[in-house]
Amino acid sequence: MAFQTNELAKAYWRENISLMLKLLAVWFAVSFAAGILFVDQLNMVQFFGFKLGFWFAQQGSIYTFVLLIFIYVIKMNALDRKYDVHED
Amino acid sequence: MDLQTLTYIIVGATFALYIGIAIWARAGSTQEFYVAGGGVSPLANGMATAADWMSAASFISMAGLISFMGYDGSVYLMGWTGGYVLLALCLAPYLRKFGKFTVPDFIGDRYYSQTARTVAVICAILISFTYVAGQMRGVGVVFSRFLEVDITTGVIIGMAVVFFYAVLGGMKGITYTQVAQYCVLIFAYMVPAIFISIMITGHVFPQTGLGATLLDGSGMHLLERLDGLSAELGFAAYTEGTKSTADIFAITAALMVGTAGLPHVIVRFFTVPRVKDARISAGWALVFISILYTTAPAIGAFARYNMIDTINGPDAQGTLVAEAPTWIKNWEKTGLIKHEDKNGDGRMFYSGDERNEMTIDRDIMVLANPEIAQLPDWVIALVAAGGIAAALSTAAGLLLVISTSISHDLLKRNLMPNITDKQELLAARGAAAVAIVIAGYLGINPPGFVAEVVAFAFGLAAASFFPAIILGIFYKKMNKEGAIAGMLAGIIFTVGYILYFKGIFITPFAENKPENWLFGISPEGIGTVGMAVNFVVAYTVSKFTKEVPQDVQDIVEQIRFPKGAGEAQSH
Repeated sequence: MAFQTNELAKAYWRENISLMLKLLAVWFAVSFAAGILFVDQLNMVQFFGFKLGFWFAQQGSIYTFVLLIFIYVIKMNALDRKYDVHED
Repeated sequence: MDLQTLTYIIVGATFALYIGIAIWARAGSTQEFYVAGGGVSPLANGMATAADWMSAASFISMAGLISFMGYDGSVYLMGWTGGYVLLALCLAPYLRKFGKFTVPDFIGDRYYSQTARTVAVICAILISFTYVAGQMRGVGVVFSRFLEVDITTGVIIGMAVVFFYAVLGGMKGITYTQVAQYCVLIFAYMVPAIFISIMITGHVFPQTGLGATLLDGSGMHLLERLDGLSAELGFAAYTEGTKSTADIFAITAALMVGTAGLPHVIVRFFTVPRVKDARISAGWALVFISILYTTAPAIGAFARYNMIDTINGPDAQGTLVAEAPTWIKNWEKTGLIKHEDKNGDGRMFYSGDERNEMTIDRDIMVLANPEIAQLPDWVIALVAAGGIAAALSTAAGLLLVISTSISHDLLKRNLMPNITDKQELLAARGAAAVAIVIAGYLGINPPGFVAEVVAFAFGLAAASFFPAIILGIFYKKMNKEGAIAGMLAGIIFTVGYILYFKGIFITPFAENKPENWLFGISPEGIGTVGMAVNFVVAYTVSKFTKEVPQDVQDIVEQIRFPKGAGEAQSH
């Protein structure tokens, strides 16, 4: 077992899950919410030459996805160090 | 030099490059055939994953579909990128820590059952077949245009090329070849997009050009103009589309979840040395993919604007057939564009109502786009090379999954455990050959446009693998009975629904239209429902059957943190 105690293992997993769920909430918000469910409402707003909902569906969601993964990588690497379960 | 010679030269040069790399890195042992020796850097792996991932569907078909579907085309954009978030956050690192070669290996070991493995193998084969079938159509479209032959001959030529290409090298050859292919395909995709963006809007970046003002002096935004044109010609507004919200939601979800469950993408994350690298590889892959995916909607919009303009003419009265632009004449030879002069005025007219005289295959738009915009011949030739690169790289990766599944998972681990390395390799190549022939048949008689057929493959992956893998990682108590029942229920439901409306190899049972669909969800989006069925069945069955053995629960604990990840192990 890599963790000193069972409690530490649980705490690590809890932090991991909570980070994952937060990021997935953003993931859902920019694609399914902004790009699909509320697209008509957002389309009332003009964003440069785009309707906002349309922009989220065809551009904005994709940029956000890339950001989300990099945030996850940075945060997880830090978490691994904090609990001393990183690789060499 | 004429276009055809130029195309031969550019396509020939890129081919020489790929084959050169494949020979240089030729697979020696079986381990190298399946997974490159673990020494692939995350950046290179990300690039190769991007090439592997972006197939004929992304390169050739997607922008064309968006160009005809407008907002509805967003399902492909969000669906095929959003899946990487799921992959990076929920799957890749854990599967890497688990340290097995293939998805069926994971399923078989996590669910301590040979039956689970076999079910997973069959799902992997089904998914990959469907996917490869879509690719063959795409390859066929490219070859038919540039060799000026009809689409059937184009598909047959493509089959031969893909076969020689895929059988030559294994994964290692493919990883480095795919880095080269990514470079070729992204260059080929961006060059015409940038040219056309500058011509239409004056913006260098197609991503901003999509939202920019037209240079034709009207002062209108491109998207506004497209909405206007759509209204005049009897199409649905470009920025609104026609699909129901439920269907858009379901298709997007099926594509996202399917991405995260696709065996040939997941296998990529076994080739990196560390868990850390598996996370960042997914990030790099998405960066490289996004370059194309944020450009595609711009290409779609530009192509639509240019196409309507050149067919209907600046005065919107229709262009005289005698003065038809060369791109129409060229594509008529492939049979993918047809004009029928219904009102006998000697002019071509394109619209969404009874005035329409044109039949245009959506899969040609990306390839025709530079011709429509009258870009120089070398750009057109480059796009052909890019299209072939995209289709080849994916077809090769998929064939690898099919041949691995059959030779390694089915033969070696199930039916004939005593075969030698050499026989296993032979069986792998034989399986690839059979797969190509079936795929070729479906390429000639396609059940839909390239991107649509590929969407079915994602639906199948969403309905079978995704729940089994997620539950395997995040729910210790999921047992073999639950997982097997879930996968079977999910895939049978999804295959059944697709066959019911699309009837591949059989006659459909019902007409494929919204009134007949379950919850208004099309066959493309049904994988989402299949996934839900899988989760529910798996959970319910697991509640009424034997508990998971303690040693398996301990393994699940072990994969939840990176420390101690060794090299991927074969058995």
